[in-house]
Amino acid sequence: MCGIAGLIHRGKKSTVGSEMTQMLQALKHRGPDSTGYAVYGEAGGGLVMRLKIAEADDMDRGSGIYAELDRRINAVDGILKEHGVKVSKKEKVTDYAYRYEYTFTGDLGKLAEHVEEVEGAEILSIGKGLELIKDLGDAAVVSEAYGLKAFQGTHGIGHTRMATESDVDIRSAHPYWAFPYNDVSVVHNGQITNYWIMRRQMEKKGHRFTSNCDSELLAVYTAHNLSLGTSLEDSLRQSIGEIDGVFTYLVATKDQLGMAKDTMAAKPLVLYESDELIAMASEEVAIRAILPEEIDTSDPYDEEVRVWQA
Amino acid sequence: MASVTENELKSMTQEERVKALGMTSEQLTGRSMFMEFDPGETERFEYPWAPKVDFNKRTELDSDNMTSTEVNTEIRKLMNEGYGTIVLKNPRGKHSLAVGILSKLNLIIEGSTGYFGVGLLDGPNVRVNGRVGWSCGENMMSGTVLIEKNAGSTFGAAIRGGDLVCKGSVGSRTGIDMKGGTIIVGGDTGALSGFMMQRGRMIVCGNAGKNLGDSMYDGTIYVGGSIKSCGVDAVEAELTQVDKDWLERKLKLYGLLPSKGVDHFTKVVAGKMLWNYDNLEPTEKKLIL
Repeated sequence: MCGIAGLIHRGKKSTVGSEMTQMLQALKHRGPDSTGYAVYGEAGGGLVMRLKIAEADDMDRGSGIYAELDRRINAVDGILKEHGVKVSKKEKVTDYAYRYEYTFTGDLGKLAEHVEEVEGAEILSIGKGLELIKDLGDAAVVSEAYGLKAFQGTHGIGHTRMATESDVDIRSAHPYWAFPYNDVSVVHNGQITNYWIMRRQMEKKGHRFTSNCDSELLAVYTAHNLSLGTSLEDSLRQSIGEIDGVFTYLVATKDQLGMAKDTMAAKPLVLYESDELIAMASEEVAIRAILPEEIDTSDPYDEEVRVWQA
Repeated sequence: MASVTENELKSMTQEERVKALGMTSEQLTGRSMFMEFDPGETERFEYPWAPKVDFNKRTELDSDNMTSTEVNTEIRKLMNEGYGTIVLKNPRGKHSLAVGILSKLNLIIEGSTGYFGVGLLDGPNVRVNGRVGWSCGENMMSGTVLIEKNAGSTFGAAIRGGDLVCKGSVGSRTGIDMKGGTIIVGGDTGALSGFMMQRGRMIVCGNAGKNLGDSMYDGTIYVGGSIKSCGVDAVEAELTQVDKDWLERKLKLYGLLPSKGVDHFTKVVAGKMLWNYDNLEPTEKKLIL
């Protein structure tokens, strides 16, 4: 089933980490397997990288895993140094999740590929504003573990996952970063029926997939379109014709939030729009979690595409 | 049925083939089988165990810190205590509110409900001041539901009777599989509205999305605005004076009668080219499949 949510403040910052947590916690019943956030703040001119070096269940492999994790993160640090990355801040967020602030002017794609050669390493996101966080458990658990309560930003998207097509692990959790494009992330509710055909096409074009989750295709597809100079709105519109299945998905960039709904409008989305805030979610109860007062909401129609500016 | 050769069938249009094989017994009439709700026939709509409620006995129920199950249980308890008018406050988009009410009640919901709200009703009059989520009023048997704002998809799925009214716009698949009653939409409706509709009537004052009335068996859809496309076997029919009178009466009842009247409405009915339940399946059917 899965639950998706997104919000964007127009022209101001807010506690988006806390707001997304409230929205996603209200959607817990739609997907208790994992929760993910893509929130957009400011990294102070540099880049922020979110990285995991193991899956959550790797931690059950005994005490030797800690030495192994140290080896992996040292290997990552070595690669960053090799590429001339100037790290200004490094945080160990959980046993297997790290956050780096750094400056880098080289080829981001090559750097990311090199980092991911380290066993268990997966870059969740790189961006000037984007911070992508995902882990097993509900929104309250993930928010607490990753300290999202204080996160300030303009917009964000989030996801509560009920695994139907692939495993319950962080690799298959949403959101997906549109590798290797700065600040682009995707959350999806639905099933993509031409996943393998589209995946093969994307792989032939040189794009990499890290999981077998059909939602990752939307991130790769969006990244591919953006690399060709297509606008976010055109990419969303194009996807309705090219991607088969039932889906509603949200895409966020550094300063935009977009949505697309398939031709059957089979997956829900409730939308609230005002001059200051746009909020959307699979269920109205999520919007009510941050806006308890009486509000007007609506359902986007089939094949509807919308893009909002922060 | 006259015998038809395979060659003759091949040279026919699909419509001619269907008729030649006796797969339809009815000419297109736009006839709609429906029963008007008659408030005088109380025995048809009251269960012997229904609580005796007094509409003048009014109470308020604040659902802010209650679960949907607690709210529904409390509504039943209040009805058993004789309350005929219940005002439900702070629903805050909760799912499955006020479901399964099978007797008379005047229920006012001050706010918005989530999915599967006011489903499985048989008799109450409900007014929702806010918006409703997906599958509102599903399987309604009788009564009236009036939504002041917008509604989600599958609005009034499989309703059998009563009036289900949304003054705003609704999502996709409105009235899917409806078997009676009336659905009225003040604004627009999404794709596949009236899909596999069997009986009843639907009025859309605004625009209708694609595949309107797809695979409908019977029933009638009236659309005041534009229709993106009609679905399989849904065809336009003549808007008669009887239709116009009925539309005016019904829309006036809910304050939705357009200032320019109802002459501009389009009537959509089943073409009944897929309609072959009353016929023995002809062996020749295989020839055209």
